[in-house]
Amino acid sequence: MFPPIANPSVTDVAPRFSEKDLVRRSASTVPAPAERLTEVAKLIDVSKCIGCKACQTACIEWNDTHPEVGVNAGVYENPPDLTPDMFTLMRFSEWENPETNNLEWLIRKDGCMHCEDPGCLKACPAPGAIVQYSNGIVDFVHENCIGCGYCIKGCPFNIPRISRVDHTAYKCTLCSDRVAVGQGPACAKACPTQAIVFGTKEEMKQHAEGRITDLKARGYANAGLYDPPGVGGTHVMYVLHHADQPELYSGLPKEPRISPLVEAWKGITKYAGLTVLGVAAGVGLLHHLVMGPNRVSDTDEENAERLVRSDRHDSA
Amino acid sequence: MTAHDVEPDNAVHPGKPVTVDRYTVGARINHWITAASLILLALSGLALFHPSLFFLSGLFGGGQFTRFIHPWIGVVLFFSFFGLFIRFWKANLWKREDGTWLARIRDVLANHEENVPEVGKYNAGQKFVFWAMSVLIVILISSGLVIWDQYFSAYTTVGQQRVALLVHAIAAVAIIGVWIIHAYSALWVRGTIPAMIRGSVTGGWAWRHHRKWLRELVTKPGGRSGSKPAE
Amino acid sequence: MTNSWTDIRNTDLVVIMGGNAAEAHPCGFKWVTEAKANRGAKLIVVDPRYTRSASVSDLYAPIRQGTDIAFLLGLINYCIENDKVQRDYVKAFTNAGYVVKQGFTYQDGLFSGYDEAKRDYDKSSWDYEIGADGFAVVDDTLANPRCVWNLLKNHVAVYTPEMVERICGTPKDKFLKVAEMVAECSSPTKAMTSMYALGWTQHSKGSQNIRAMAMLQLILGNIGVRGGGMNALRGHSNIQGLTDVGLMSNLLPGYLTLPNEKEPDLNAYMSTRGFKPLRPNQMSYWQNYRKFFVSFQKAMYGSAATPENDFAYDYLPKLDVPGYDVLRAFDMMHQGKINLYLCQGFNALQAFPNKQKITASLSKLKLLVVMDPLATETARFWENHGAHNDVDPSAIQTEVIELPSTCFAEDDGSLTNSGRWLQWHWAGGTPPGEAKRDTWIMAQIHLRLKELYRGEGGAFPDPILNLHWPYADPGDPTAEEIAQEINGRALAKVTDTADPTKVLAEAGKLLPGFAALRDDGSTSCGCWIYSGCFNEKGNNMARRDTDDPDETGAYLKWAFSWPANRRILYNRASADLNGKAWDPDRKVIEWDGAKWSGYDVPDIAPTAKPGEVGPFIMNPEGVSRLFTRGMMRDGPFPAHYEPFESPIVNPVAPNVRGNPAARVFEGDFRQFAEPASAEFPYAATSYRLTEHFHFWTKHVVVNAVMQPEFFVEISEQLAAEKGIAKDGWVRVWSKRGSVTAKAMVTKRIKPLTCDGKTVHIVGIPLHWGFTGAAKKGFGPNMLTPYVGDANIETPEYKAFLVNIEPVSGPVA
Repeated sequence: MFPPIANPSVTDVAPRFSEKDLVRRSASTVPAPAERLTEVAKLIDVSKCIGCKACQTACIEWNDTHPEVGVNAGVYENPPDLTPDMFTLMRFSEWENPETNNLEWLIRKDGCMHCEDPGCLKACPAPGAIVQYSNGIVDFVHENCIGCGYCIKGCPFNIPRISRVDHTAYKCTLCSDRVAVGQGPACAKACPTQAIVFGTKEEMKQHAEGRITDLKARGYANAGLYDPPGVGGTHVMYVLHHADQPELYSGLPKEPRISPLVEAWKGITKYAGLTVLGVAAGVGLLHHLVMGPNRVSDTDEENAERLVRSDRHDSA
Repeated sequence: MTAHDVEPDNAVHPGKPVTVDRYTVGARINHWITAASLILLALSGLALFHPSLFFLSGLFGGGQFTRFIHPWIGVVLFFSFFGLFIRFWKANLWKREDGTWLARIRDVLANHEENVPEVGKYNAGQKFVFWAMSVLIVILISSGLVIWDQYFSAYTTVGQQRVALLVHAIAAVAIIGVWIIHAYSALWVRGTIPAMIRGSVTGGWAWRHHRKWLRELVTKPGGRSGSKPAE
Repeated sequence: MTNSWTDIRNTDLVVIMGGNAAEAHPCGFKWVTEAKANRGAKLIVVDPRYTRSASVSDLYAPIRQGTDIAFLLGLINYCIENDKVQRDYVKAFTNAGYVVKQGFTYQDGLFSGYDEAKRDYDKSSWDYEIGADGFAVVDDTLANPRCVWNLLKNHVAVYTPEMVERICGTPKDKFLKVAEMVAECSSPTKAMTSMYALGWTQHSKGSQNIRAMAMLQLILGNIGVRGGGMNALRGHSNIQGLTDVGLMSNLLPGYLTLPNEKEPDLNAYMSTRGFKPLRPNQMSYWQNYRKFFVSFQKAMYGSAATPENDFAYDYLPKLDVPGYDVLRAFDMMHQGKINLYLCQGFNALQAFPNKQKITASLSKLKLLVVMDPLATETARFWENHGAHNDVDPSAIQTEVIELPSTCFAEDDGSLTNSGRWLQWHWAGGTPPGEAKRDTWIMAQIHLRLKELYRGEGGAFPDPILNLHWPYADPGDPTAEEIAQEINGRALAKVTDTADPTKVLAEAGKLLPGFAALRDDGSTSCGCWIYSGCFNEKGNNMARRDTDDPDETGAYLKWAFSWPANRRILYNRASADLNGKAWDPDRKVIEWDGAKWSGYDVPDIAPTAKPGEVGPFIMNPEGVSRLFTRGMMRDGPFPAHYEPFESPIVNPVAPNVRGNPAARVFEGDFRQFAEPASAEFPYAATSYRLTEHFHFWTKHVVVNAVMQPEFFVEISEQLAAEKGIAKDGWVRVWSKRGSVTAKAMVTKRIKPLTCDGKTVHIVGIPLHWGFTGAAKKGFGPNMLTPYVGDANIETPEYKAFLVNIEPVSGPVA
């Protein structure tokens, strides 16, 4: 058993990280923190997950969200997708393994991956609406959020959702409020099989290694850890039986990275665009200074009068 | 020579100086609504475009309202510009002399208009602005709808939205650039702004910049003061 | 459970069959995960559907519902044929060598003594030869053709892998793979655990399903050992407690039985409950029955229970039928023979089979009293809810009184989990509105009844007037008071029988455990198996010490496990004939030359010599039973019987329909579809989903969000055949009713080939009704048949026949 995190103390605890521990802040810069906190991670062992949705209910309870009672859409996913009131979702995928002819029911807990290089944060135009702490947690700060939805476009995993009520973006916070006082995320606490565990990123990698060895011994030759380098690694990782085919798990991207379109938009376009506009304005100014205004001369007026007069004669 | 360049309401009033009606009241109102929308869009859009300009959202009462109002202003711009388009598209059709004018753009910029051919109501530069605006506004409204999260996020994929974002940003930069050309030209060529305020220009302005238009106005039946078209 | 939840982590092989532990017991399933992750244990799931448990299994084998016995006897046959038997264990610890009487036979699906008219057996031939010494005759060489081992061998021979495939639809290669993995556990150093639940009990031969696996476990030597056992996963947090304290019509607490009408006095009653040992030296622990019974009577009637009046034996009701189970009770209600129903913590309308019959029965009552924390369907059975409860309220004259009660989290008390652990809990909140604790309600009713009897007399007021009611506030007994009453007290000084100078308990003190019970009226005890739960050491159920020496999973200082805080039943069987552990790495208790000791409380007299006293101390034989004598109504061995509604005719006994000893009421037979019915061609089964608990959590918004709406699951093949779209609507109907549901078309259900015929399976989850936060929906009990298990009458919810068709959605 992975040692569970002890229950919280009943006395007040000072938060273990705060503003001073930010390493990234959307649409703004932050001074580098004095020292980096130990990186944390949540490890989701898909091979231990029984799809019970305790994580989903714990998430609703802890975050006090109020999803609607929906309908059955012929699948086990409920609600059918992530919503501003449902930060995590069990996704179910039925796959017939062509090598063994066995059916596999691949159940994956979807939610924010807490990328080391977060696409949402890169795309966000509102200063301080998205922050990243030095322990790796990527958090949304709702009072700074303007509800533009750029984070959705920036995210390689299609995670954030905009609330139609308060028009701000929501996603898993990795229970930053709990982690700040030494607790693990609510979903990990609720998980009955320890398919979700939480600790330092190093501990999680080590724990995953043991799990992968076990899976390989059970015939899953391609078992492995999902910690995609394309986004600098993630602070939510998966143990997959088929790490060579993450797409099997309800479309988990194989090589996720921030879309080049978003990179272009938030990179070259941003700077080149302002440069172009600045140059255009500058050229105009310079032109005016050098050439002066283009004025109508008296001769022009006279020519016009002459034209009008001559025409009057012509037509008279 | 087609008469596209000469609109029914344009007329010449003899006098000293001669005055020439260039824009009707409707056209001017239409223009200034468009202009205001475009400026507000540029300001709100730039606020969302670059962090260093986010402070511009303060002009709109904060980021949330900026995010809310920007697309609605875009809708206003679209319909307003559509009005201008209906009014002006014929006068902005490409003519043979426009090529020559464009080839001698250095003379234009050097205040040597005497070296370029006579042009109609709009010169090639103005036509470029007109068509650039037209095309860019269509691009902006369509890409804008795709990224208007509040109402339209469900109709496209995130991948399509990313393309739309990039296109929208590039088109926005382009349209602001075009606007700079437009606004600077109006400032630089004195007598132009009053045309859009009062609706008329002096004969000399018309002679200097749009001589062909002036000639056509003068020669067209009823082109002069007070007269109405025959029908 | 013979073992405990925590012990499952010690296993090498988990077989989940007749249950879906991951789905219905996700928290307990963590121990399976632990065994897999830390011991490399394997998990086999055998189920008609590829379930959530199957999703984390090493091997999944499909099976047609209601054919588990064929599968299990097939496994036993495989083990015997391939000599995968823990021989020493079988010889020493089972009745394999016991010689069965002449006259016992099994032919054409029937055991000797069958009476077709009564649908019952004369069981006299189902017993051992008794020798001149008064003990059972045993052939230790297993050579006697009439010894249990040879009878068993013959009995299971028909269940070849081919026959298993033909009956169960399990492909032969999958069955053989299961058999291979199971057979490996015949090694003394390998243990297999069986985790089962209502998937085995809810059949007309539910008890025999479980017996079949128990026999397999005995043959493999897996009973009494760490990581082994027969582990029933109970369907409610306290359903183990319900059976323990005897909330059955034919039971008294602690698995004592209610007298029947042929037992007019205590001597007659005790004459069939003496349990004389069938072999020399055996403990035959039920010999203490009288102590348990008299102490119970003292707890019930106090000073009114005296040796002179047979300890108030006359106060007990005497059964005129084997039991008033729910099916019988509702059948009587249906006939107008019951007119008041006090429904406490039960949602009968949803939970019992054939809802139409239940509605008709409730409609014939004069008074229905519902005690429940929730607004149950039963309390609203008279309300019209469109198709979901299509009744005419004006035609129903039943008066309904709802008494809102507290839920478990608003009350102190103990819950007994599947592993027999009595775990105390404390109120976590105050009850809402007028909700009252069940104990308060029952006390108030009792006091008023007592007043009425005192004032008005009656036919026989004594049992009510003399009911012992020793609570500080008679109108509101506390959980502690009741727990102490259950534990038992010394009414006079109790001394050790062997050493009268040794005082076990002074008068008035709580008893240390059931060993101190006496049959002379000097002790009282509400439930003997629970004795020790709350003694002079305090409330042992409230203990929360996680100390576990050598990490055996015993946790002896956590809560209290009945009996006597023992964690693994029959743990003497974990050691060989010399008292040494079969598997040194899996030691539970060992004989040190003078006494038994180890990690658990020994399930044997501490000084009982290993060679002499058998480990199965509750049995007069001292050994376990592969052949159950006359203990079960439907046979001393399990045999394959089809469900009463079956898609094929029984291949091994074509003339037998259903379980021949199962009781069927007049009228209900007409409501069964014929075997291999063309009108109802599909095999349906009902089950729970992890998102919900029974009919409770649909009242909770969060759970309703997780699984909002009723659906049925079908294979892609059936969907294609019937033109049913994923996410479309279907109508499913049986001979008893019809439901409309969303269709979940899935690869997890596949058509099976049984007896040459394609059998499609229709999965119907429960949980929905017409009250609560979730969408209104139907339950499977619109469709289920009104028949129960031959022994305990658990209804056959798990196997019945339906038809299905696509329909347009319901009109809003």
